[in-house]
Amino acid sequence: MKYLEEYRDPEVAAGLTREIARTVTRPWVLMEVCGGQTHAIVRYGIDQMLPPEVELVHGPGCPVCVTALETIDRAHAIAARPNVIFASFGDMLRVPGSHSDLLSLRGRGADVRIVYSPLDAVAIARSNPDKQVVFLGIGFETTAPANAMALVQAKRLGVRNFSMLLSHVLVPPAIAAIVEAPDNRVQAFLGPGHVCAVVGTREYDALAARYRVPIVVTGFEPIDLLEGILMVVRQLEAGRAEVENQYARTVARDGNRAAKDLIAQVFEVTDRKWRGIGAIADSGYRINEEYRAHDAEHLFDVDDIRTAESSACMSGLVLRGLKKPCDCPAFGTACTPRTPLGATMVSAEGACAAYFQYGRRAKQEKTDVL
Amino acid sequence: MCLGIPGEVMALTERDGLPFATVRFGGVLRDVCLACQPDVVLGDFVLVHVGLAIAKINREQAERAWQVLQEIGQTAEVAPDEAVPEEVAPANTRTEPFT
Repeated sequence: MKYLEEYRDPEVAAGLTREIARTVTRPWVLMEVCGGQTHAIVRYGIDQMLPPEVELVHGPGCPVCVTALETIDRAHAIAARPNVIFASFGDMLRVPGSHSDLLSLRGRGADVRIVYSPLDAVAIARSNPDKQVVFLGIGFETTAPANAMALVQAKRLGVRNFSMLLSHVLVPPAIAAIVEAPDNRVQAFLGPGHVCAVVGTREYDALAARYRVPIVVTGFEPIDLLEGILMVVRQLEAGRAEVENQYARTVARDGNRAAKDLIAQVFEVTDRKWRGIGAIADSGYRINEEYRAHDAEHLFDVDDIRTAESSACMSGLVLRGLKKPCDCPAFGTACTPRTPLGATMVSAEGACAAYFQYGRRAKQEKTDVL
Repeated sequence: MCLGIPGEVMALTERDGLPFATVRFGGVLRDVCLACQPDVVLGDFVLVHVGLAIAKINREQAERAWQVLQEIGQTAEVAPDEAVPEEVAPANTRTEPFT
């Protein structure tokens, strides 16, 4: 009972864990897509409560981690310019680029500001009409409506000195890329609940049918995760491959229509390169023609980017579920949150950061904690 | 960024033609855009992604989600301004009450 006493409903958790053990008859590999779910799983030791047949691997759902190194380097090049105020979510400040990070650039005099919301960056632009204000717009479907809203407002209010360096990524193409990979081990997915709160669950139907993988849209609380795992295992054992919604209290089948309309108004689907993974077709958003005047990619000429990724970092294998963070020789030694070699160690949603933070310093065998 | 943060609507406002609210996240007040949840009223609880309310939830769901988010170090985005995340978010066993 190492972890159960930390749950608000320890009996419910124990009951779900027992039911998972009763249901499973053979080995299965499940991937949780969302980095927030990864942190909850590691924090509460959910992976260690499961029967040995059920293995959880961690997915690419950490937007900070998968933002392409080229984008990070481009952001740094723009932020270093004298007439620029560079605005970003706080998570991005310590992410290592090829040569630096935003925090170091700020230490050397760049005007780098943390904002809570992209709309706050538009407000900064209005207060500083003599500066170019550039916002680093990253994220999955969760941040896309807010980023779109900022561009809509900038255009509507005529804030011509506001632009966005956009690097949005999308979950469904990443799931497809994972299951299509020749070395894939993942047989089912816990879908990202908060992504689906925005876009709904419909677009996951085709994935489940095409690849014959169960996808259970799941919340991030311990009981949600255990319930989602049970639903996935039931499908796997029964030979079903459907989309189910464990998180119906927040996720509607059609998502949030107004949020989806905002996305459609400002963005269009494009190929996107993922850090550690590579290019995935149709896996991101770019700013459409109508909003091009606010697209930093076109406004700032920084084409001489030569990226240099750490050769020791295996975050790409971690992000594809092929390795666990503690399989990496650099984990916890050369690579720590203070000296990160890859973004997975620095982000609050990164799998390496979760393992480091919650003491998974060495490879641990599953133990029967019940 | 992956996870929406639950907050309580303390005041309804307007900013540059958009419906806004002052939303309380733990002890921190933030301006939140209601363009995607225009029917929100005072005292409602909302799930917010980087300044945009995406879903309405109830008080119990909000309190429970806040507690878990604190425990897994995912509330930094609503922390006071200019707090650069120290390494990764702190291992938070000390939880700040939602209300």
